[in-house]
Amino acid sequence: MLDATLFAGQVFNGFSVASLFVLAALGLALSFGLMRVINMAHGEMLMLGGYLAYLTYLIVPGPAAILVAMPVAFLGAALVGGLLELTVIRRLSSRPLDTLLATWGVSLILQQAARSAFGPIGVGVTAPDWLNTGLSLGGLYFPSTRIFILAVAVVVLAGLGLLIARTRLGLLVRAVNQDRMMAAASGINTRRVDLAVFCLGTGIAGLAGVVLSLLGPVTPSVGQSYIVPAFLVVVMGGLGSMVGTTIAAVILGLVSALSQIFLDVSMSQVLMLLFVIIFLQFRPQGVVATRSRALEG
Amino acid sequence: MSGHPILRHAWIPLIGLAVLAPSLVSSYDLNLLGRFLAMAILAIGIVLIWGEGGILTLGQGVFFGLGGYSIAMYLKLASLDPGYLPDFMEWSGVMSLPWWWVPFRSPLLALLAVVLLPALFAGLFAWLVFRRRIAGVYFALITQAVALTFATLLTSQQSTTGGYNGLTGFTTLFGMELGTESANRTLYWVTLGLLAAVFAGTKWLIGSRFGTLLRATRDGENRVRFLGYDTTPYKVAAFALSAVFASIGGALFTLHAGVVSPAFVGVVPSIEMIVWVAVGGRNSLWGAVAGALIVNFAKDIVSSAMPEAWLYVLGLVFILVVTFLPNGLAGLVDDLMKRRRNRADAPRAAMLEEAK
Repeated sequence: MLDATLFAGQVFNGFSVASLFVLAALGLALSFGLMRVINMAHGEMLMLGGYLAYLTYLIVPGPAAILVAMPVAFLGAALVGGLLELTVIRRLSSRPLDTLLATWGVSLILQQAARSAFGPIGVGVTAPDWLNTGLSLGGLYFPSTRIFILAVAVVVLAGLGLLIARTRLGLLVRAVNQDRMMAAASGINTRRVDLAVFCLGTGIAGLAGVVLSLLGPVTPSVGQSYIVPAFLVVVMGGLGSMVGTTIAAVILGLVSALSQIFLDVSMSQVLMLLFVIIFLQFRPQGVVATRSRALEG
Repeated sequence: MSGHPILRHAWIPLIGLAVLAPSLVSSYDLNLLGRFLAMAILAIGIVLIWGEGGILTLGQGVFFGLGGYSIAMYLKLASLDPGYLPDFMEWSGVMSLPWWWVPFRSPLLALLAVVLLPALFAGLFAWLVFRRRIAGVYFALITQAVALTFATLLTSQQSTTGGYNGLTGFTTLFGMELGTESANRTLYWVTLGLLAAVFAGTKWLIGSRFGTLLRATRDGENRVRFLGYDTTPYKVAAFALSAVFASIGGALFTLHAGVVSPAFVGVVPSIEMIVWVAVGGRNSLWGAVAGALIVNFAKDIVSSAMPEAWLYVLGLVFILVVTFLPNGLAGLVDDLMKRRRNRADAPRAAMLEEAK
């Protein structure tokens, strides 16, 4: 009954959904690992990236627009993220649950601001011609946009991996991640590291917003539809680990896509949630566990 | 609210006013007040789980919805002529009543469902999550996913849940005709009575051994474990109880509003419920009731005057309260009282100091 072509197609879709989840969740996971706070306005950074892409398309026409839009969205979202860190998150850093609530307030304001500025319906971004093709392979058709999204996710992951493993900033991030007190005692400005990581994370969300704009219209609530699965990815990935986040995103992307062979979208959402809860029964610490002797992390 | 004698007895005239409200305010305002008092019942549940238990839940809308839909399904069936199906089912071509609708023909089972459904569902969910020691931000995010999933499910199963529009068009409740002046008054008093009962019960519970252990778990869960207590049952019980309060609130709200829909159960309404308690004060029962009333009346006023402004106001209020007033208005009142008392006590304290 289940034919191989359909299955293979859904596996590809699963990876494509997973790459969106990764891009949306990486920033959350990075700052969660470092500061133990969740930024509920992270979804609005995706939205911001989408609108910045739209604006860039208005100013820079032509096939290269998307290549301009990506750095613009990254910088724009990183800047807003930095402001958010300095004004709200820094004040609340010792109260993670309150940070969550305050940033939700920010998210409401940003959504309403987008509604006032661009209207409630949303704006469309047309993909350049070179993304309007596809690849036919063994009876399957792979749209270029989907391949492009996968490529962006892989490049971002590789870049981030290199950044953490090879650069001085990466060294500082790893140090603060392992032991904030010791890092501070050895002269690292931990607040500046927090700020840098937060900007980086929101910047990646901005990139994700550009990618999203290729798939559908940019609306004030576009971030909301991707952010809850991204939260689940972070919960399942385990304490902000990059590897854990990626694996969790792939698993959830596949669960979502494959279950849609049998179920409608809403039932597949139910299944995804059940899957996460059952998964946590066996591995409550997430895909990748950080070993520590501390009783309370 | 302790200390000052005027405040200590302020509840007597307040309750008097609340009981007499049906003869004091217009029927429109009475309906609003009834809805918001129903929401205050839910807010008391949030004090229990969030204020006392330190567990932030972003999914109270789910339980509000379970109560609302339970009573609405009964109302929908009771308003039908025999042999007919609810209107939205007929439009979607449903031929016979789905099995899970059948028990709601009985008013008694519907009332039982308002209490038992959320208790069972919340108990099972909380047990699964808490027994693996998943807490804090993780728990909040999972409850939010539950709220999103529940709302999506209700919206998409149009033919059996009424979809986006939800359930509405009720005419009779337990043989009483709805919408009349006397029905509205009765409903209002029932709501007020249940609020008072839930308030008193929760106050007792917070003062009991259970409340002490719940607070201890909030402040140092591992220490409580080292003392030999299993903390999971306390957290599960508190969560289930707060879910039952939310469900009772949802059922009463549905009776006052005459409608229940996914718009009351999703992610945004669930967080709005937290806003009421954050504004009123997460550690104060009075604060939570006041917060539910103040925020909702403010919403009514602001969103009818300037519809776009409400979300800005809500977002800003939330940021400011959480950042600068973590104990909400109740905390502010407490601080002011304490400062006054200290000032009043200052001369005496100085004399005592001299006498030494």
